[in-house]
Amino acid sequence: MADQLPNTPMLDELEKGKWPSFVKEIKTAAASNDMSKDLLGILEKSYSEKIGHWKHGGIVGVLGYGGGVIGRYCDVPKEFPGVSHFHTMRVNMPAAWFYTSDALRTIADIWEKHGSGLTNMHGSTGDIILLGTTTDELEPTFQELAQEGFDIGGSGSDLRTPSCCNGMARCEWACYDTMKACYDLTMHFQDELHRPAFPYKYKFKFAGCPNDCVASIARADMSFIGVWRDEIQIDQEKVKEHIDKGVDIVNDVILRCPGQCMKWDGKKLEIEDEYCRHCMHCINVLNKGLKPGKDRGCMILIGSKAPIVEGAQLSSVLVPFMKMEEPYDELKDLVERIWDIWCEEGKARERVGEFIQRVGLGNFLEAIEVEPLPEMIAHPRENPYVFYEEYYEEGDDDDEEEEEE
Amino acid sequence: MADKLTVDEVADQMYKMVADSQGQKKLKPGDLTKAMKEINGDKVDRKLCKDAIRSLIESGRCVYTYFGGSYIELPHKEGASND
Ligand code: HEM
Ligand code: HEM
Ligand code: SF4
Ligand code: SF4
Repeated sequence: MADQLPNTPMLDELEKGKWPSFVKEIKTAAASNDMSKDLLGILEKSYSEKIGHWKHGGIVGVLGYGGGVIGRYCDVPKEFPGVSHFHTMRVNMPAAWFYTSDALRTIADIWEKHGSGLTNMHGSTGDIILLGTTTDELEPTFQELAQEGFDIGGSGSDLRTPSCCNGMARCEWACYDTMKACYDLTMHFQDELHRPAFPYKYKFKFAGCPNDCVASIARADMSFIGVWRDEIQIDQEKVKEHIDKGVDIVNDVILRCPGQCMKWDGKKLEIEDEYCRHCMHCINVLNKGLKPGKDRGCMILIGSKAPIVEGAQLSSVLVPFMKMEEPYDELKDLVERIWDIWCEEGKARERVGEFIQRVGLGNFLEAIEVEPLPEMIAHPRENPYVFYEEYYEEGDDDDEEEEEE
Repeated sequence: MADKLTVDEVADQMYKMVADSQGQKKLKPGDLTKAMKEINGDKVDRKLCKDAIRSLIESGRCVYTYFGGSYIELPHKEGASND
């Protein structure tokens, strides 16, 4: 029914070339769905006018939940009635995005019945994104998804849908079971996921090793990155095989080691593990010759975020090493302590990373009862006018404080 | 330690706050929890406040809304919506 499609010269440009095209996909959907047809129309209008026509926010959701549905309306409903409402649903994906094809068909069928049929697999949160439906269809969609074992994900000021790399399912470098931890914490914190009670969003991402395939260090308020605390395992024979196949070990490995802790004497590779920064570079290049150590766990980092209220931030170290074993009680305790202080003292729309910057790392650590450690800072401060309480004898305090002023 | 309030008592106090500020100031779940602690001292805690909010939402007396962050309001006809 291509003749019924709106005239979209600008969008049509995006169908050209060898790569996948969202315009092509929306046109396919538009053959049987008016929502998608009007979506093409409104998008072409926005492209030519250089003005967005979506309104955002509001009241929509499913009964009992405060997250998972993102309200969208267009501001030209008379012109494009099909997209007058165009709400998005986030559906919690399985850990590491493993599906059977049956499960995928089930989701697609439900969405063709209740929405535009368009999906985004997956959104930047990791969720299955169901794009475009009306307020009336939200509850029935949710009920059908729930019957098939799916639940909706996070949005707004809540715990966002946690995500993880495929870790132990496929990857020899995983230092802990990311999928198990992700699933466990998702289930444990269901209340926080569905009932927004925070100053702003809070994200968990689980990466099995410092390669960080889920980019947790840049995208999660709390990043759980797998790491080892003993020595990198070396198989000298397999290292030599790499060299025989043409790896330039000096220029491509030794000189690129940020810890400058590797030595190659032409026969044998040595690593001074105390200085290793756990960057994964040598392990990536000399795959199978080198492996993460045997004493494995995870490093917990805190605070990364994209620029919204303030600028972008990367996560920084909070716990240098924690064993990752069920039931993860130590971890859950730490999370609760962080939420307690952030919920109590955080300002509206202040991410935890911004909160820490505002109150100071020292005060934050004291509130969550974590000892300061050298791993938490980039380098020692030069300022000699710093006073450490534990160096004073009791009774000395008064004199010292006067000097300080 | 003071006796704790019941979930319903906290929910009623919260409901009144939401109703009183409807149309003037949007309240976040955290605002309600803080206010309850201020008014009632240790007769309430975070868990109790969470349960009260859950009961307000599940009974349909209040709804969650989103405007850059999440809020709790009385159910109402939405400004942004198209009929
Ligand atoms: C208008 C006058 C002054 C200005 C604008 C000024 C500015 C500064 C600035 C910008 C710093 C660097 C602070 C930092 O990086 O943390 C500094 C450090 C310092 N200033 Fe001044 N200063 C002034 C006068 C003085 C005077 C009169 C003295 C001593 C008699 C003094 C002693 C110092 C010392 C010892 C430091 C090093 C502090 C440290 O490393 O912790 N300054 N000053
Ligand atoms: C016996 C006399 C002195 C002693 C033992 C002494 C000792 C020190 C020490 C240990 C530091 C810290 C160095 C560092 O952080 O690496 C310092 C820094 C400094 N001193 Fe002195 N000092 C003396 C006299 C003075 C005098 C007379 C002045 C100025 C008129 C002065 C100005 C400074 C300044 C500006 C710094 C900061 C340097 C920087 O932060 O880079 N000092 N001093
Ligand atoms: S983050 Fe590490 S463990 Fe996870 S998939 Fe990537 S390389 Fe493998
Ligand atoms: S992991 Fe990185 S820092 Fe550690 S030895 Fe290898 S290259 Fe060096």
